[in-house]
Amino acid sequence: MNLSSNLQASNWTFLAEHRAEILGATLDHLTLVVIAMLIAVMIAVPLGMFIVQRPALRTIALGIASIFQTIPSLALFGFLIPIPFIGGIGKRTAIVALVLYALLPILRNTYVGLTGIDPAVLEAAEAMGMTRAQILFRVRFPLALAVILAGIRTATIITIGIATIAAAIGAGGLGTFIFRGVALVNDSLILAGAIPAALLALFADFFLGLLERRLKVS
Amino acid sequence: MNTKPALSADSTIEFRDVSFHINDIPARVIVSGISLRIPHGESLVLLGRSGSGKTTLLRLINGILLPTKGEIRVQGRATSEWDSIRLRRGIGYVIQDAGLFPHFTVEENVALVPTLEKWDAARTAERVEEMLQLVGLDPREYARRHPRELSGGERQRVGVARALAADPPILLMDEPFGALDPVTRAELQREFSALARRLGKTIVFVTHDLREALLLASRIVLLEAGRIVASAPPQEFLALDHPEVRAFTASLGVGPGALA
Repeated sequence: MNLSSNLQASNWTFLAEHRAEILGATLDHLTLVVIAMLIAVMIAVPLGMFIVQRPALRTIALGIASIFQTIPSLALFGFLIPIPFIGGIGKRTAIVALVLYALLPILRNTYVGLTGIDPAVLEAAEAMGMTRAQILFRVRFPLALAVILAGIRTATIITIGIATIAAAIGAGGLGTFIFRGVALVNDSLILAGAIPAALLALFADFFLGLLERRLKVS
Repeated sequence: MNTKPALSADSTIEFRDVSFHINDIPARVIVSGISLRIPHGESLVLLGRSGSGKTTLLRLINGILLPTKGEIRVQGRATSEWDSIRLRRGIGYVIQDAGLFPHFTVEENVALVPTLEKWDAARTAERVEEMLQLVGLDPREYARRHPRELSGGERQRVGVARALAADPPILLMDEPFGALDPVTRAELQREFSALARRLGKTIVFVTHDLREALLLASRIVLLEAGRIVASAPPQEFLALDHPEVRAFTASLGVGPGALA
């Protein structure tokens, strides 16, 4: 009992003493996640809009995205390293891998959101003389926004998690502490990476969830 | 700014030996051999059981479906030759669940076609107010509400206002009062019947309710399995000697005399 509370106390002291480094790593981590998410959203949302009325492409696009999601993350990093231009050791490879992981939840939710519209609404839109583009941008998209955001939320949480593993290929971030802590059998070091990573995921989940509820149209 | 409605006021709809099939294997015949002329200002009710092809006929008029055989002429021009967007903006459309846009206010819903037609804001606002009053909704109370804040009957009123907003000469209605409770339904039927007489538009109204057909129609066309089996003004309709007509009159549950 005494021992464990000592241990905890020493952990907190460690975290407090290294807060500048931890904050730096957290910002690195966040940068990785934000860049990857921006790219993933810019790819997956337009792609989802594009495949709505193209069933053949939908199968291919969702299929490819699911393959990336199925590959274990460390293996995906491994595959990317030898690839010229996008590969190698460092942040760039990590971002590519994170983007590939984030694609599926966003793409799937964009597609589901855009196609899950009340048929009566779509029927009225078509019969009142809206063009396909008008229906997509003025009806489907605003009504799908909450579902799309739910996909972005899932993707963000996955990305925050996988970004910790990206430290293995030299991308920096909070995973650096965890890997180093494991190697040195140092609990404080492990927690210095694990606690901020967990908090980051919880905060992202909470705030994106809040935004999602505000966008929901009943 | 486009001030003219897409269709001129002299609108007639004409089906010329129209069939519509769905290309499954084997092909499914939805309607066949339909010939029908709907003169300007008529309130035509398409009556029939579920699956008799009523809704298909409506969708053939506004070009959502194109016929497999024959042609539908709206205002003298075949639907296949119309720019489908122009055609539809000149035809009002009301459906059972109203199909209001949940992310638009009542005002924005009613303003849909005027907005698509790029009317100026003042004219649109004036028209929206006029339309809401026409369907018995106080604009000050309802304009800024969302569809979820309306009752079923109010939603359907907004649906009618939206369909009439750009003053289309033709109005298509697909069981618009079908999902309402009986009291609200009767209320809306009565009001709409008076409104329709005042507006003088060409109306094609789909229903499976003979009572509703008798109230609203200047002519009733009865469909059975994709074919027209009877066509008569309401007074004469009840006296027709056809098994499907008798099946419908029997559905009233009272003798024809009780309705007169």
